[in-house]
Amino acid sequence: MGEGAVTMPHSYPALSAEQKKELSDIALRIVAPGKGILAADESVGSMAKRLSQIGVENTEENRRLYRQVLFSADDRVKKCIGGVIFFHETLYQKDDNGVPFVRTIQDKGIVVGIKVDKGVVPLAGTDGETTTQGLDGLSERCAQYKKDGADFAKWRCVLKISERTPSALAILENANVLARYASICQQNGIVPIVEPEILPDGDHDLKRCQYVTEKVLAAVYKALSDHHVYLEGTLLKPNMVTPGHACPIKYTPEEIAMATVTALRRTVPPAVPGVTFLSGGQSEEEASLNLNAINRCPLPRPWALTFSYGRALQASALNAWRGQQDNAGAATEEFIKRAEVNGLAAQGKYEGSGEDGGAAAQSLYIANHAY
Amino acid sequence: MAHRFPALTQEQKKELSEIAQRIVANGKGILAADESVGTMGNRLQRIKVENTEENRRQFREILFSVDSSINQSIGGVILFHETLYQKDSQGKLFRNILKEKGIVVGIKLDQGAAPLAGTNKETTIQGLDGLSERCAQYKKDGVDFGKWRAVLRIADQCPSSLAIQENANALARYASICQQNGLVPIVEPEVIPDGDHDLEHCQYVTEKVLAAVYKALNDHHVYLEGTLLKPNMVTAGHACTKKYTPEQVAMATVTALHRTVPAAVPGICFLSGGMSEEDATLNLNAINLCHLPKPWKLSFSYGRALQASALAAWGGKAANKKATQEAFMKRAVANCQAARGQYVHSGSSEAASTQSLFTACYTY
Repeated sequence: MGEGAVTMPHSYPALSAEQKKELSDIALRIVAPGKGILAADESVGSMAKRLSQIGVENTEENRRLYRQVLFSADDRVKKCIGGVIFFHETLYQKDDNGVPFVRTIQDKGIVVGIKVDKGVVPLAGTDGETTTQGLDGLSERCAQYKKDGADFAKWRCVLKISERTPSALAILENANVLARYASICQQNGIVPIVEPEILPDGDHDLKRCQYVTEKVLAAVYKALSDHHVYLEGTLLKPNMVTPGHACPIKYTPEEIAMATVTALRRTVPPAVPGVTFLSGGQSEEEASLNLNAINRCPLPRPWALTFSYGRALQASALNAWRGQQDNAGAATEEFIKRAEVNGLAAQGKYEGSGEDGGAAAQSLYIANHAY
Repeated sequence: MAHRFPALTQEQKKELSEIAQRIVANGKGILAADESVGTMGNRLQRIKVENTEENRRQFREILFSVDSSINQSIGGVILFHETLYQKDSQGKLFRNILKEKGIVVGIKLDQGAAPLAGTNKETTIQGLDGLSERCAQYKKDGVDFGKWRAVLRIADQCPSSLAIQENANALARYASICQQNGLVPIVEPEVIPDGDHDLEHCQYVTEKVLAAVYKALNDHHVYLEGTLLKPNMVTAGHACTKKYTPEQVAMATVTALHRTVPAAVPGICFLSGGMSEEDATLNLNAINLCHLPKPWKLSFSYGRALQASALAAWGGKAANKKATQEAFMKRAVANCQAARGQYVHSGSSEAASTQSLFTACYTY
């Protein structure tokens, strides 16, 4: 922008008071006390990896059957699941009785969300860094999704820590694209979940992750401000602050909690109603223990701190199912169990399972994860 | 992105954060007594007192020698350079008098405005040259916090992106240098009330300005827990025909802050910017009663709004010392109550306390 030539126009409000209220109400419903999000928005490619791990073929029918296992959970999930993120295909699928999944979820009082990004693309001239595409025609897509029952959306950006990354360009570009996405969503009555994920790949320590997370989040919130995004009608889906997966130092949940909450306190304005952490390859139990420690952290926390878990809510369920319909009930129970545990963790009330072994403790880390 | 090169050690961070918290503990606020010589001239002229060093010294002496119980309402005092080295009539340094009362001593560090060419009369602030050495000396001389006032105005094409960015950057450089020298920086990005714009427009501009300030502080690796913010309240322009209640001012103000100021900032001490003493107190009270989440202390850093009645009571006469001190103490206590949302409007409106203290295009 040219010096002195750029103006501060009078405010041209991006949203009316009614639009703001609708967005803010939706956001608050999703992160109501004790509730979090089931991220069931794995793309076809990601589902391929999940299903191959349990020896199941990646067909549309199998993906439908699997999501049915999750969505047929009984009313116990009402108190711990505030939102479910869908993949496009799933938004239009139905259960065995012909009832659309969207309706089943809405009938439980759970808000329906939709993944709207179209995956990562390389940033030329960087050390393997990316931005995320999906802005073209996004407004029209959001309008249609809103008609089809979605009230929130998700867009994932990816940054990584190494000797020279994330670069200033990667941070700036991803923050900008997140802000454009968020702005467009809000114009269509959809609450944007803003996800600037810093991958756990690498051998960096906790402090390095905290430093990078603070830089990234500061850039994200500056971009959101520049793009006139209404913060009260958004949610943040960040990584917890953790060491790199190859870091030799081990940290306790309390250390992770302190680093995470400190980073958020320095960057996330109190107007943001909720922070819904991604699980990023943590095991189910780790993800719950860390969330619990975060909610017991003694620092003042003005936003809800809860979960938006994919793998950390589904691993045991997937394992119990193994593609067999006879196992569906048991698999659903596994999911409900993790949902309830995380609902407690989101209030700092989880006492720990004491279990070891099984899918719950097994690390779910996959190098350079793409959903 | 280089590996992190920590700007401060753990001990430095601890010291800064403790100083900041002490200043705003328990509803305490700041007396901004850092008027430059020129500005004191304006004040003294209003009460027909000559602007001499001795008169300036006498007035400050009266304020600082008030009863120690002032330390329950005043956590910090900002001084002008001259005042830092002045003494009372017994030869005791003002800064020692304040410290003995448990009040943290601060210093104005900026060196006034400089024009930004190519803008509609916008400015940036000077004072970065040799700032580190100056801070180090002030720290030795008993100072624990600094203040730097940036000025933005609302008008045609203002504030421009350049003005916002340049002032935010200068504030961040100043803050970084302060912290390197053990001083807590008070960051003051004042959006002045000149103009006829309405409340909503001021809120919009304040949000943009604060977002830029916090991005700059982050870019410059400033430790937020060891800073304080001194913003304008969100108000309509002084020439706006529409009138707003303290509750409206409070809601607009807290909304703007909660969209931009990270929870890590321990305290927000509003400037009074020309509001009458009573309005400044009522608005602060309403702010503290606002139901939005407020993770920072919301207090005051008032100059005119703490001293107007005191100045009027003094009139340049030593015999009026007691009346002057009473007037000052009364405003200090009222504002401390307001900082806890406990101020009860007395109903009596003495002339000086409700008189608007607005001066067009105010510079200290």
